[in-house]
Amino acid sequence: MHELSIACSIIETVEENLPPKATATKIFLKIGAMSGVVKDALLFSFEIAAEGTPVQGAALEIEEIPVVVHCDDCDVDSELGNPPIFRCANCGELTGKILQGKELDVVSIEVEDGKTENS
Amino acid sequence: MEKPRILEVRQGILKKNDQLAEGLRGRYREAGVCVVDLVSSPGAGKTAFLEESLRRMAESGLRVAALVGDLATENDAKRLERSGAPVRQIETHGICHLEAEMIDRHLEGWDLEKLDFLFIENVGNLVCPSSYDLGEDARAVLHAVTEGEDKPLKYPTIFNSSDVAMITKIDLAEVCEFDRAECYENIRSVRPGIPILESSAKKGIGFDGWFAYLDELKKSKGSRPRRD
Repeated sequence: MHELSIACSIIETVEENLPPKATATKIFLKIGAMSGVVKDALLFSFEIAAEGTPVQGAALEIEEIPVVVHCDDCDVDSELGNPPIFRCANCGELTGKILQGKELDVVSIEVEDGKTENS
Repeated sequence: MEKPRILEVRQGILKKNDQLAEGLRGRYREAGVCVVDLVSSPGAGKTAFLEESLRRMAESGLRVAALVGDLATENDAKRLERSGAPVRQIETHGICHLEAEMIDRHLEGWDLEKLDFLFIENVGNLVCPSSYDLGEDARAVLHAVTEGEDKPLKYPTIFNSSDVAMITKIDLAEVCEFDRAECYENIRSVRPGIPILESSAKKGIGFDGWFAYLDELKKSKGSRPRRD
């Protein structure tokens, strides 16, 4: 299970992008089916890893991206199931041309700016 | 308190690892060393296969070395040192995969220009190593005949991210009733077109084919696109 390492990398990424005194309330992620990361394990790990950081309490909003391959012969895109069998849905031939499904990205963060000192 | 706002980030979660891996790739290229990452489940025979590879390659005059990752112990490095090749153990202290930073740290003091091939034996794990680019020229996934035929379907990501598949312990194929055709089909259905080789480290089978693959890889070095 490497989701704890992944959670730590997410926290680092968010901290780098967080304006001073702001807190992150939501973190929007894209996780591809072929990224090697399991959503539930990540949610679990993130809660532990975020404790005591400026990201504590932020919710992970995960968009799961299915694998889509392209068949050059048919010029057709096919969404793969689980397990992902790399076949064109049209002609049934194998194709290794992956269009999506390897994502492992922080897309955006929802932040709340802290109260200013003189208010 | 002001209303929440959305900040665009659009950044790879493993950006740091990817950047380090890119740096390593550049160093390997400059030094002319070909780097191969071996991945498999625990017990598929990575160490025995690597030991035999190192021994034979060193005997034929090739300059080879290995980094070997394990959660704990230096047992594998000690085994591999018997080949006469320089070997370094990377103890990950519980981390289930190797990262580019660990490779970078453990290469310190090694003159890569004096090497033809560097092998990285990853931690025995079919899940976690798949996410981490180590800057390698090729990732070889080892699959023992004792593991059956359907592991590629259960762990598609590691097979898909590999460049070559090596069926190990092939001398046991018959007693395990290993279905070669089914296993090949499963591997290629999650990674179309991947070269599949067979070997037995115990019986010394299949190394000519493996060395031919490595030779080709070294010749084509530099033309391999970055993994993304």
